[in-house]
Amino acid sequence: MMDILNALTVIGNFVLIPGLAYGSQLALGALGVTLVYSVLRFSNFAHGEMMSFGAMLSVLVTFWLQSAGIGLGLLPTALIALPVSILGTILLCLLIDRLVYRYYRQTRAPNVTYLIVSIGVMFTIGGLVRFIIGPSDRIFTDGSRFIIKARSFKEMTGLNEGLAIKMTQGVTLATAIVIVIAVFWFLNKTRTGKSMRAYSDNEDLALLSGINPERVVMITWVIAAALAAIAGTLYGLDKSFKPFTFLQLLLPIFAAAIVGGVGSPVGAIAGGFVIAFSELFITFAYKKVLTYLLPESLAPESLMQLLSTEYKIALSFVILVIVLLIRPTGLFSGKTL
Amino acid sequence: MFAMMAALLAIVGIFQSWNVALTIVNLCLISSIMTLGVNIQWGYAGLVNFGMMGFTALGGLAAVLIAMPPVPEAWAAGGSGVMAGLVIIIATAIVSLLIWKQLKGRGAKRYWLTALSIVIGVVIMRLVADPSIAAIESVESARTGYLGGFGLPVTLSWIAGGFVAAGAAFVIGRISLGLRSDYLAIATLGISEIVIYVLKNEDWLARGVKNINGLPRPVPYEIELQASQWVVQLADMLGASVVDVSTITVKLSYAGLFTIVLLIFLWLSEVALRSPWGRMMRAIRDNEVAANAMGKHVTARHLQVFILGSAMVGVAGAMLTTLDGQFTPASYQPLRFTFLIWVMVIVGGSGNNFGSVLGGFIVWFFWIESEPLGLWFISTITAGLADGSALKTQLVENAAHMRLMTMGIILLVMLRFAPQGLLPEQKR
Repeated sequence: MMDILNALTVIGNFVLIPGLAYGSQLALGALGVTLVYSVLRFSNFAHGEMMSFGAMLSVLVTFWLQSAGIGLGLLPTALIALPVSILGTILLCLLIDRLVYRYYRQTRAPNVTYLIVSIGVMFTIGGLVRFIIGPSDRIFTDGSRFIIKARSFKEMTGLNEGLAIKMTQGVTLATAIVIVIAVFWFLNKTRTGKSMRAYSDNEDLALLSGINPERVVMITWVIAAALAAIAGTLYGLDKSFKPFTFLQLLLPIFAAAIVGGVGSPVGAIAGGFVIAFSELFITFAYKKVLTYLLPESLAPESLMQLLSTEYKIALSFVILVIVLLIRPTGLFSGKTL
Repeated sequence: MFAMMAALLAIVGIFQSWNVALTIVNLCLISSIMTLGVNIQWGYAGLVNFGMMGFTALGGLAAVLIAMPPVPEAWAAGGSGVMAGLVIIIATAIVSLLIWKQLKGRGAKRYWLTALSIVIGVVIMRLVADPSIAAIESVESARTGYLGGFGLPVTLSWIAGGFVAAGAAFVIGRISLGLRSDYLAIATLGISEIVIYVLKNEDWLARGVKNINGLPRPVPYEIELQASQWVVQLADMLGASVVDVSTITVKLSYAGLFTIVLLIFLWLSEVALRSPWGRMMRAIRDNEVAANAMGKHVTARHLQVFILGSAMVGVAGAMLTTLDGQFTPASYQPLRFTFLIWVMVIVGGSGNNFGSVLGGFIVWFFWIESEPLGLWFISTITAGLADGSALKTQLVENAAHMRLMTMGIILLVMLRFAPQGLLPEQKR
C-alpha cells in the first residue's frame, strides 16, 4: 500500500503537477489562437510574440513595483502587474489590427495572405520586444517559492517521496481556471459573446442580423490579446522570461489548438493538456515508479524511459503532425465556437 | 535594380572593407538559391512550405557525410548495430504502412494495430542499436564519437545535399501535401523542427550539439596562399597586405563557385517557367479545380514541385555548411532559415526568378547592414541626449535588434503597397 502511494507521489510530483501548469499555459495560448482563427479565419503566427509582449510588460511593471517596494507578500508581484500588461497588449493588438489586418479584411484577402502578414507582424513585435527589453534571460518571480515543500510533504504523510507544489504552478492553475470560466461565460451567456459565435458560424447571416463585424473583430482581438498576455506572463513566471522562447512555444500552442480541433474553445483547452501530459508521460523515467510497484527481483536497472528528455518539445510536433495526418479536424471537431 | 544592388555592395566595400562586402555577397548568393527553391514552390505552384530550415540542415548533414573522413574505429565499434537499427526502422515503417493500408475502413482497430507495430519496431530498434550507439559515441568522444563520412570531395556534397533533401521532401510531401495551405505551413514547420531535434540529439550521426569543425574546403586555405609566390606579388602590385589579398582571393573563389551554381539553377528555373510544364504549374496554382478537370494530376505535380524546390534548398544548405567549414545543428533557427527566406521571396517578387534572386540579395544585405545602420541611426537621433542617460544607453545597446523589426516592417509595407514584389511576375 505504502509502495503504491509512493509511486503515485512520484508521478504526481514529476508529471501531474508540472503537466497541469504547463497544460494550462498551453491551453490559454491555444484558446487565443482558436478565437482568432474562428472569427478572423487565419492561423495567427504572431500569437507567440503577443504572449512575449505581454510577458515583457509584466516584467517591466513588476520590476518597477519591486523598486517602489510594493508587493503581494506570499504571492508573486506580477499579479498586480498583470492588468497593466493585459491593457498594453490589447492596445498593441488593436493598433496592429487597425494598421495592418483591417486592410486585408476589407479587400477579402485569401487566408494565405493573412498567414504571411501575420509573419510580418511576428517579426515586428519580436523586434520590438527585443528592442525594449533586450534578448537576455529575466527572472521576475518573487513571493514564496513553494506552496508545499517536498520535505514538509514527507513529514506530513510519512511517505518516502516528496511532493512539491511551486507557488507559480498554483498561481498558474488558479488563474487559468478563473480565466477559462470567464471566457466561456462570456461566449455563452452574454449578447456580445453570442454575436461573436454567430459571426464565426456564418459571416453573411450575422451581417444580415445586424451584427457589426468591426465590433466583433475588435472584441476578438481584446480577448485574444488578454489571453496572450496572461499566458505569456504565467509562462514567464513559471520558467523565466526569454524573448526567443516564445517562438518555440508557438508550435506546441498550434499543436494544442489543432489537436483539440481549430475553432473549438473546449478543444483548445483539452488539446493543451493532451500535449502537456503526453510530453511528460512519454519522456518520464519510470524507473523509480516501477521500483516501488514491482517485487524487488524485477526492479529495472535502466531508466525505463520511452524517449529521452531532449525530445520533449519535438514530441509535441510529432503529435501535431500525426493529428494533422489522421484527423485534421481534431478531437472535438464540429463543436465550433 | 541589380545595378543598384551592386552599387550598395560597392559602398560597403569602400566604407567598411571589401572583406565584409564579399562575406555578404557569398551569403547573398546562397540565400538566392534558397529563394529560388521557395519561389518554385510558392511562386509557381502556390505551396506554403515553412520547412526550409529542415532542408537546409539536411543539406548541411550531406556536406558532413560526404566530406568528412570516415572513423574506422567507430564503424568497428558499432557500425553494424546502427545499420541494423536503420534497417529495422525502415522495415517498421513499411510494415506499419502496410497495416495502415490493409485495414482501411476497419475503424479503431486500424489505429491500434498501426500504433502497436510502430511501438514494437521502436523497442526492437532501441534494443539492437542502443549499445552500438553508446559504443560509437565513446570512441574518442572529444574529437570524433561519430561514424564519420565518406571522405569524398566537398563539392560533391552539394549534389548529395540536393538528393538528401529531395528524398526527405518525397516522404514529407507524400504525407503532408493533402493538407490545406495553413495546415501545410504548420505541419512543415513542425517537421523541420523535428529534423533539427534529431540532428541535435543523434550524436553518432553528426556529433549533435558537439558540432563538427574543419570540413574540407573546395578552395585553398589562406595560409597556403600567403606562402605562394603570385599572391605576394599581387599584394605588392596592389599595395595591400598579403593577408587581405589571400582572404579576399579565398572569398572570391567561393563567390565564383556559388555564382556558377546560382546561374545553373536560375537558367533551369527560367526554362522550366517558360516551358509547358511551367504553364501547367501556373494553371494549377490559379485554379486547381479547373486544372484537375483538364486532366492534370494536381497532387502529383505538387509533390514534384515540392521535391524540386526542397532539393534546391538542400543544395544551398550544403553550400552554406561548406562555406562555414562547420556543421552546428543548434544554429538552425526558423526565424533565420525559414521566415527570412520567405521575406526575401515576397520582397523580391513571387513567381519571378530574377525577383527572388534580387530579394535574396537585398534582404540579406539589409539583414546584415541594418545593424551598423541602426546603430548609426540611433546615435544620430540620440546625439542630443546627455551621454550617461539611461534612455540613451538602452537605445544604443539594443540597436542591434532593430533588424527583426526592420524586416517585419519591410514585409508588411511590401505586402500592403506592392504585393507583387519589386520585380512582379510577368504576365504571359
